[in-house]
Amino acid sequence: MTLFERLAEALHADAPVALVTRLDGARAGAKLLVTEAEAHGDLGTPGLNHAAAGEARALLAVGENAIRTFGEDGEPVGVEVRLFIAAYAPKPDMYVFGAIDFSRAMARIGKYLGYMVTVIDARPVFATKQRIPDADQVIVAWPDEFLAKAPVDARTALIILTHDVKFDIPVLQAALRTNAGYIGAMGSRRTHANRVDELRRIGISDADLARISAPIGLDIGARTPEETAISIAAEIIALRENRRGARLSEGTLPVHNDRAAVAAP
Amino acid sequence: MIDVLDTIERWRGEGQRVAVATVVAVEQSAPRDPGATMAVNERGDVTGSVSGGCVESAVYEEAQDAIASGRPRLVTYGISDADAISVGLTCGGTIHVFVERLDW
Repeated sequence: MTLFERLAEALHADAPVALVTRLDGARAGAKLLVTEAEAHGDLGTPGLNHAAAGEARALLAVGENAIRTFGEDGEPVGVEVRLFIAAYAPKPDMYVFGAIDFSRAMARIGKYLGYMVTVIDARPVFATKQRIPDADQVIVAWPDEFLAKAPVDARTALIILTHDVKFDIPVLQAALRTNAGYIGAMGSRRTHANRVDELRRIGISDADLARISAPIGLDIGARTPEETAISIAAEIIALRENRRGARLSEGTLPVHNDRAAVAAP
Repeated sequence: MIDVLDTIERWRGEGQRVAVATVVAVEQSAPRDPGATMAVNERGDVTGSVSGGCVESAVYEEAQDAIASGRPRLVTYGISDADAISVGLTCGGTIHVFVERLDW
């Protein structure tokens, strides 16, 4: 089995895999394919292979691609060898709570952006794949109970469209116990003010309350479910990049953030 | 790589030799991030991209040469490059692209 075949197999299975390429010298192009348990290929020396595999697994954890420099035997302070590490982390999760028309549009744009989209609703009549065809999974569960057990990391987006205080408060409480990169909750300013009162009453701090994006989305005047989904998706991107979400034509910052390594998507 | 994977697999199934070009680093503002991949086969078909379209034709030439020679190379494009006028990036910035024949 060639390295490319191993890489293709892992990518098709959405399994974590990193491809390390040596950039310089007579051995430029040498490869090491790294999975969680194994490494295949040869970059030049056993020490270099070992060091590269460790670095590749660290990058897999955060889903970043980067150049790393080592000595010929993998010495961490060396500069002789430049390696490009392409880390293909599994898709990040987007959890959409509430199976409504907005969820259908959100699932669609979530897939488009490269998320693994799960829609969760406690009502079996609404939580069906027929209603949300683009979702990877549609699960019948109480949102807070689902979230207490679901895997969440800094790349995860939590989108709370339940829009009903009896669902919203428990799921927001559960959401704030995670390190999700995005927590958004649909509802008017008045609805959110009521939620904030209730969350404060049960002891949620101001710092935690500030993590909630509500009213949800960027201020683009979205009206339809599709427009609202775009507004939410744009807010997720803007927060990840620490941007304001204003018009580029009216700004002066560089169009793209300057960065050596990048998280995807 | 994921976006070009199916096409590369098809080309290899047809017995085509393939070169891949991968963005390995960007400086300042660049249109595609590290990891962006473009692939070329010996018939001249192209899939994927490494920029907003501004350096693809230059990368294509490097890829054809890599298919023929088997020699990998690291090439740099950008505003500081002597070729800036002919292949300069429309949005400024500099990109470093590793081009290699896919024989692994």
